[in-house]
Amino acid sequence: MTQTVTEILRGLAQGEFSSHEITQDYLARIARHNPELNCFISVTEDIALKQARAADDRLAQGKAGLLTGVPLAHKDLFCTDGVRTSCASRILDKFIAPYDATVVERIREAGAVMLGKTNMDEFAMGSSNENSWYGNVANPWNTAHVPGGSSGGSAAAVAAGLVPAATGTDTGGSIRQPAALCGVTGIKPTYGRVSRYGMVAFASSLDQGGPFARSAADCALLLQAIAGFDGRDSTSSETAPDNYSAHLEQGIEGLKIGLPKEYFAEGLDSRLARVIETAIDELRRLGAEIREISLPNTSLSIPTYYVIAMAECSSNLSRMDGVRFGHRCEDPTDLEDLYKRSRGEGFGEEVKRRILIGTYALSAGYYDAYYLKAQQLRRMIKDDFQKAFDSVDLILGPTTPEVAFKIGAKTDDPVSMYLQDIYTISLNLAGLPGMSLPVGFVDGLPVGMQLIGNYFDEARLLQVAHRYQQVSEWHLQSPEGFA
Amino acid sequence: MTLKSDDVRSIAHLARLHIEEDALDHYVDDLSSILDLVDEMNRVDSSGVVPLANPLDASQRLRADEVTESDQRDKFQGNAPDVADGYYRVPRVIE
Repeated sequence: MTQTVTEILRGLAQGEFSSHEITQDYLARIARHNPELNCFISVTEDIALKQARAADDRLAQGKAGLLTGVPLAHKDLFCTDGVRTSCASRILDKFIAPYDATVVERIREAGAVMLGKTNMDEFAMGSSNENSWYGNVANPWNTAHVPGGSSGGSAAAVAAGLVPAATGTDTGGSIRQPAALCGVTGIKPTYGRVSRYGMVAFASSLDQGGPFARSAADCALLLQAIAGFDGRDSTSSETAPDNYSAHLEQGIEGLKIGLPKEYFAEGLDSRLARVIETAIDELRRLGAEIREISLPNTSLSIPTYYVIAMAECSSNLSRMDGVRFGHRCEDPTDLEDLYKRSRGEGFGEEVKRRILIGTYALSAGYYDAYYLKAQQLRRMIKDDFQKAFDSVDLILGPTTPEVAFKIGAKTDDPVSMYLQDIYTISLNLAGLPGMSLPVGFVDGLPVGMQLIGNYFDEARLLQVAHRYQQVSEWHLQSPEGFA
Repeated sequence: MTLKSDDVRSIAHLARLHIEEDALDHYVDDLSSILDLVDEMNRVDSSGVVPLANPLDASQRLRADEVTESDQRDKFQGNAPDVADGYYRVPRVIE
């Protein structure tokens, strides 16, 4: 059960199996392995089997769409009409979304089958999937280690073959970092490329949805299904999406790839650096021109990011007040008590920390020192990238400074957890697209390589990743026990 | 930047977030260390740099002021903790 989406589509088209059959196979695998991995918050078996039958009918009628009959899962932060959308938070434990997110709607209209909703860090706040009301997710490569976060359930489910693909969201690395730690392929598109409608907001100026799969070719298909303008998201881009699959075979000869020296400096595990360098040699052999570049404000991206993300989250999460939806405390004495205790009981520790810092940063007298300062640095970080793209087509580096760490290793020190995001968060600040693909192992755990593109250049990222995957087999590996 | 217990109490009040008294010290330590990290921003002189709010420097798109949503009160109220006669119930606000 390590089929790619591309292989499933071929098998369905040739009648080797039906959507109903493979949907049942995946449901059986989820039933068998989920107790150990905890990738899923909800498994939607009835919906899946019904959608699979409908997909088989369409296939029989020759009316197949882009993803007809392919089973997949959504991160439990995308609203799904009639199905619980918890964001892995106690405060939304009983929340049934009254509508579908655009991503969910487009994937359904492309014909895919929904197997369930995946586990995550609460409200997408975390880098280890340990901040979930429903418990942590285990990394299938070593179940004593974290899968990364915040989209840890989606990444682990793809790695373990519980789904061939899944959706995720990325505010500071939440697609790329778990993709790296679980040895799968994931892409965070340009800000505005994929609609945020129905994607529960964490930090509105940073959030972006995207897919996880086993290959760049599969990511191209999934991105095609979800990309494009949506009038219901006020920051959706009107730039038309490329045909991502059509560009895959273009090759990379003469492509200029920049290596930011700051991404290979102190802080990067030297064993991981060697794995990345081997992959860079492969790209050079395939015809890419490699050169060193500089992104001088890289170290500022962490403080800048956390001020902006926390300020925006404190504002976005104010809607969780125990009045119109979500958890309400018992016997509130007055309205203020209702707000305070409902939120105090409903949110986990990391979410509370971020709301508090964000509230502080936005409070009277501190706005200029924190939020405004961070927005100025944000422009300086964006300008670094724009300057770099004057001389290179693409930027490349590690996705993370180390491979998956042990569960519990960083839970007592939020700052050390935040430092895990050093190579990923600057893209969200700049709004640029990035992806992670597996390029080797350290201590039996996957290493991810990050590709960073200019605005709306997702096709080029997918093309480079695809070219590399044509000559490597890292993306085809499966963890022992999940082959 | 070191916060005091009273600082955290007043921030928690602004955020309408109940924090248990015995957890307060823990938040004081965590928030202070996060603010130390954040204070690294001051290493750089950014005077004169135009703040960036939207990564694409885009502004909000406007649309015609037309009704696009239908009434789904019953469906929405299905998620509410306490409703009566089509209203959301909260503790008495005005005596």
